[in-house]
Amino acid sequence: MNPLLLILGPLAAAGLAALWPDDRTRPWFLPAAAAAHTLLAFYCLFHPPLVPAGAWIGFDPLARAMLPAISLLFLLCSAYGVPYLRLRSERSNRVFVPAFLAGLGLMSAAHMARHLGLLWIATEALTLSSVPLLHFNNSPRAFEATWKYLLVGGTGIALSLLGSFCLGYASLHGGGGGDLTFAGLMAQGAGLSRPWVLIAWVLLLVGYGTKMGLAPMHTWKPDAYGEAPGIVGAMLAGGVTTVAFTAILRVRAVVDAAGAGALASRTLLVMGLFSTVVAALFLLSTRDFKRMLAYSSVEHMGILSLAASLGAPGLWAAFFHVWNNSMTKGSLFLSAGNIRRAAGGRTTEEVSGMSLVTPRSAALFVAGLFAVTACPPFGPFFSELLIVKTTFAAGHPGAAALFLVCLLLAFLGLTRVVFAIVYGRPRQAAREAGSKFREGAGMIAPPAILLGFSLWLGLATPEVLREAWTAAAQQLFPAP
Amino acid sequence: MSGSLNLLIGLAMGLNLVALGTSRLQSLIRMAALQGMVLGVMPLLIETEARGMVVLVAVATVVIKGLVIPALLRRAMRAANIDRDLHPLIGFLPSLLLGAAGMIGAVVLAHRLPLLPEHRESLLVAGSLASVFTGLLLLIGRSKAISQVCGYLVLENGIYLFGLLLIHSVPLLVEGGILLDLTVGVFITGIILDRIQRAFDSLDTRKLTVLRE
Repeated sequence: MNPLLLILGPLAAAGLAALWPDDRTRPWFLPAAAAAHTLLAFYCLFHPPLVPAGAWIGFDPLARAMLPAISLLFLLCSAYGVPYLRLRSERSNRVFVPAFLAGLGLMSAAHMARHLGLLWIATEALTLSSVPLLHFNNSPRAFEATWKYLLVGGTGIALSLLGSFCLGYASLHGGGGGDLTFAGLMAQGAGLSRPWVLIAWVLLLVGYGTKMGLAPMHTWKPDAYGEAPGIVGAMLAGGVTTVAFTAILRVRAVVDAAGAGALASRTLLVMGLFSTVVAALFLLSTRDFKRMLAYSSVEHMGILSLAASLGAPGLWAAFFHVWNNSMTKGSLFLSAGNIRRAAGGRTTEEVSGMSLVTPRSAALFVAGLFAVTACPPFGPFFSELLIVKTTFAAGHPGAAALFLVCLLLAFLGLTRVVFAIVYGRPRQAAREAGSKFREGAGMIAPPAILLGFSLWLGLATPEVLREAWTAAAQQLFPAP
Repeated sequence: MSGSLNLLIGLAMGLNLVALGTSRLQSLIRMAALQGMVLGVMPLLIETEARGMVVLVAVATVVIKGLVIPALLRRAMRAANIDRDLHPLIGFLPSLLLGAAGMIGAVVLAHRLPLLPEHRESLLVAGSLASVFTGLLLLIGRSKAISQVCGYLVLENGIYLFGLLLIHSVPLLVEGGILLDLTVGVFITGIILDRIQRAFDSLDTRKLTVLRE
């Protein structure tokens, strides 16, 4: 099986869907392509293909540790997409379905890219393909959010291109050939010109950090996640952010090989803590439950950045957390989408008593809340516990303490909003809109299954995943 | 060869200042396009032997940056039927002064950065830094959406200049991919601008303030 099909398959399906004449049957392209992608991704997880050292693109251990999670999330989102798009039949999905599918292919490409230029092209294309998804709701607010996403994301991604070129120049100046493959750069190692490596690290961290949504480059995130349909928010928070995180990890390995690993770790630690602090503070004040999910995503990106600063053991915990984050965020965004649709509002002033209007979605939302705030026995509890332990072991007790305080504040902020909208008496608007909204199996099962995966990851982390995470950590931190 | 290349880079840096000083949207678009064309020719000067791919990418760059993208922007401008004056958040004179200061800073910084001997005499790094700075200044300092796109293009031009340092090692396939992404990006931006215009009846980004905490 050729892993390149992970990229080409969804792109071909996107092309086909764009040509497909019928609006009613077009959404079926989503689950069909997603199922094939998931099968192939898990086949590659169990039977890792060999990747030639100099290959530009390949299913290497890092891709193996991340991509199956994205694929699984996408599969469940696309299963949700069919009934969702039927519900939204007033809008044509001629652009939505192909753009969503292209996003899957480009996410695969970005995960598998082993060349800086290729990685940049895939990430930029991914940014562009998500634009029509963001303004699917076609409201002025959606366009405003899309504009901010384009402007902030575009500037960030432009800086990461400059950073990529700087890394290439570091190789050239160090006497190398200016090879932009990660393997080539790592092989040159200490031969890379140090000042240029540092400049490149800053630019690439700012660039891909913008895409990932690390504070203070997170400003586009609440707007975009708040205005996008739940299914798009799930993919952005669980998939696109992972792409940027993978990019940062690959660059970090090069910086480490060049002998500036300590500095890179320190920046990641500071950025990670700053993101969790900012997210915790905003979570305490936000009233909008979809923007709340965006700040929660900023928090989890901070957690990933913190974990990535802690060497190989931290990295292992980060991979674990990527899986947990994808599953949990997916579940939350999908159930929040149901609630938003039935409630006809989005702030705690407009919405309350949703446990009476949409009992199943509200139950899932509350369960998802406990999962995302790291309550046992859900997966995030175990990955965050591991991260805290690793932080202590790495000799940063202050960072660990601050991190725990932020988790507590985030918990308070999230529960405040969630309980306000779930309990109490339903508003009149929700009674009217909710009576038209039916919680069919197609809109309940996907978030429930995602939450089930989050639980499963916590209770019994599969051996193959543990092994894949170890292999990926070894790829980035080769034992001397 | 290095002399004529430096002349072109100097021209591009001059265009940066014109772009900062202009008060008309039309001429801002023209400056960004002209700069893109000047940049597009440069690979032909750097490469001693004209490989087929180099010529192809150079021609594509000149056509896309000089003709296609400005055409897209002008169409967006006409469709939006907006008044042609720029409303600066940072005034024209302060922007000019900042731009000039940035240019001097770029030259000084470029001299202090460790460069290969063959790049010491060239203005590539200085021009690149100055354009990136100008682009950011336009992005922050102008309120019209289209002028922000122009700022983004100038920023992109600066990055392109830096990329020329790597022309012997980065495959042109990558350059081509970057160019394609840029074009699609501007195209999509044009569509979004059109929708913003219809929704807000304005392309003034100062009015995009519904979403805030």
